Amino acid sequence: MEFFRYLGASTRESFTKLGRSSYFLIETLSGISSVLMRPRLLLKQMHSVGVLSFLIITISGLFVGMVLGLQGFYILSRFGAEETLGVMVAASLVRELGPVVAALLFAGRAGSALTAEIGLMKATEQLSGMEMMAIDPIKRIISPRFLAGFLSMPLLAALFSAVGIIGGQMVGSGLLGVDDGAYWSQMNANLDFQKDIINGVIKSIVFGFVTSWIALFEGYDAIPTAEGVSRATTRTVVNSAFSILGLDFILTALMFGEN
Amino acid sequence: MSSVDNALVVQRFKLVIAYVRLNRIKPAFTTSLFSNQKNRMDNFNHSQDSLVSVHNLTFSRGERKIFDDISLEFERGKITAIMGPSGTGKTTLLKIIGGQLFPEKGSVTVNGRDVHHLKRDELYTLRKRMGMLFQSGALLTDMNVFDNVAYPVREHTHLPESMVRSLVLMKLEAVGLRGARDLMPNELSGGMARRVALARAIALDPMMIMYDEPFTGQDPISMGALVLLIKSLNVTLGLTSIIVSHDVHETLAIADYIYVLSEGKVIGSGSPEEIKQSSSEWVQQFMNGAADGPVHFHYPAKEYMDDLLHSEKAFKPLFTRQRPPNDRKAKRRRYS
Amino acid sequence: MPHNNTQDTLVGLFVAAGIASLFFLALQVSNLSSFTKGNTFEITARFSNSGGLKVKSAVSAAGVKIGSVKSITFDPKTYESVVKMDIDSQYKTLPDDSSASVFTAGLLGEQYVSLDGGGSDDYLKQGSKIEITNSAIILEKALGQFLFKSAEEKKSSSDDKKGKK
Repeated sequence: MEFFRYLGASTRESFTKLGRSSYFLIETLSGISSVLMRPRLLLKQMHSVGVLSFLIITISGLFVGMVLGLQGFYILSRFGAEETLGVMVAASLVRELGPVVAALLFAGRAGSALTAEIGLMKATEQLSGMEMMAIDPIKRIISPRFLAGFLSMPLLAALFSAVGIIGGQMVGSGLLGVDDGAYWSQMNANLDFQKDIINGVIKSIVFGFVTSWIALFEGYDAIPTAEGVSRATTRTVVNSAFSILGLDFILTALMFGEN
Repeated sequence: MSSVDNALVVQRFKLVIAYVRLNRIKPAFTTSLFSNQKNRMDNFNHSQDSLVSVHNLTFSRGERKIFDDISLEFERGKITAIMGPSGTGKTTLLKIIGGQLFPEKGSVTVNGRDVHHLKRDELYTLRKRMGMLFQSGALLTDMNVFDNVAYPVREHTHLPESMVRSLVLMKLEAVGLRGARDLMPNELSGGMARRVALARAIALDPMMIMYDEPFTGQDPISMGALVLLIKSLNVTLGLTSIIVSHDVHETLAIADYIYVLSEGKVIGSGSPEEIKQSSSEWVQQFMNGAADGPVHFHYPAKEYMDDLLHSEKAFKPLFTRQRPPNDRKAKRRRYS
Repeated sequence: MPHNNTQDTLVGLFVAAGIASLFFLALQVSNLSSFTKGNTFEITARFSNSGGLKVKSAVSAAGVKIGSVKSITFDPKTYESVVKMDIDSQYKTLPDDSSASVFTAGLLGEQYVSLDGGGSDDYLKQGSKIEITNSAIILEKALGQFLFKSAEEKKSSSDDKKGKK
């Protein structure tokens, strides 16, 4: 009996949370028009969300690409298909790893920072204070951050993939002796703009949307204490990771299913 | 009308004297005169003399009734204090007046308007004329002092930057922190942060200010500065002030009228003199700070000896899981 | 709010880098740059079996990619596979008696159409049909034939012309 009571209570709790977060999303989206009128707010957030994630994304991208080059080479060379290394590296980066790993890093780097920032603003009554000054905190605080995350994510994912492909090339043709021309031409012949690049970009846009939403909502919904904010930050990372991986599966099934 | 005019003249005269005496608020002089006039005009549009009235307010948080059918009046141009021990929901009351929380029953009118039946835009328009000083100051941490004070002005007006600058400097001068304009909030002491927040609260020349525990955690000097500021702002700007506090001496010194709350009820009200003379045991305990009295030192528990001799399982836990302090209604409000 | 030029610059650099990588992916990595619609002409070839050929598979001549497969349909009358190909219009001097074969790139690679030039003075143009075609080699079939023959008679192995690769 206790179990069912618990189950019921947690179901109710998750539904109300879903409702709150949907309200929050609608509010946030409706605040975007006012952000566009004040590009300075957006620019500031692009800086803290995008520019400050730049380094971690490029370095991780480089290493992931290099590892892919190495692993791919060992496997492909068994079948004598080393020259398709470029295809393998590029396809895995553009289709999967670019959007997914960049989004996971983004959630860890920028998402958690957003949650902590908003949560602390709530804890220190800054959001309440703005409301009492008749300034909508959603419009001035939340929406710019949301838009910045949403815009930065595809750029970061593209950066990740591009750097990764170059990293794979460095290892593949620089270290392991795959023909440089084959690396690029095979990649060029086998990757499709519509199917691979655009779909990858769509994925990263979806991930950016979801991650920013989760991060900002968790911050806004946090219990305004030190412990509450720390929990909210954890939830941001965990929930973002789940959503990114789950959505990745669904999107992959939808996009590459009919092949 | 002529007697009113006389009153105004007297008021202005007092005001000038106050300025001269304080000598720091001088630059704020002209604007405050205008805003004063504006506020006065509003006052006469409504025949009542209370700016804020709370009628039969009931508000609960979870099981606990924070306010149980209380009614309060806050007179225009006066300093009204709400006192009571911690946890009586004094801050909650300010949030209800500000329209951030919704009452279960009862209504709150500010300047003749029912706060909780306003549309969002109307509520925001009203809030522009209601200042609130949060306990923590609630300064935006990513801007310096100047930008913090300028923030509401820039948001709500389209004044040229030069005018914003003079306005902000006037307000900062009024709180004595013109020299601190380039500091960041984390470089300010608690008392300074509160004074900056006060400058920000008066930036739009509101008709009223709500002070949430303005004296808590202040050293005697900044406490004295705040007391002086609140009083002088009240006089010079003709502000209606609502102070929520449990600091007896400071509050008694500046309040015109005091309500004492406990357990959701008003248990005493009157001028500071009347409160001091109150026959209520409870009020006396609060005013004198006695450890035991009608409010017990001990949190309700079972008999001490029983408790020591018996195992934990025998009774219900004292601390059940509490709802987070932001209850559902408040949230609905914020998301709607 | 004070204007912060460094911040502007950094955001500008970030956005530029992001967009540059998008372009890099689009142009360098994928085949967006290879063909743009409009300056191609279409030719048709019939194969008795087009194997694993797919839409967008490459069409090459002498190992150079000159076009791509546009559509593959089955002709229910002749039981043949009808493959339409778009050839880049810069290659308009292919002889009209060229032959088309379906080959596999490497042992496990993609299948592609290879055009081998003939000796005609007329060139392939929009709507031309290629008469001489070699079907895809189905690995299982070839293997089966090879095993069958080698088991039956070891003496004659010269028949196996198809056992390429």
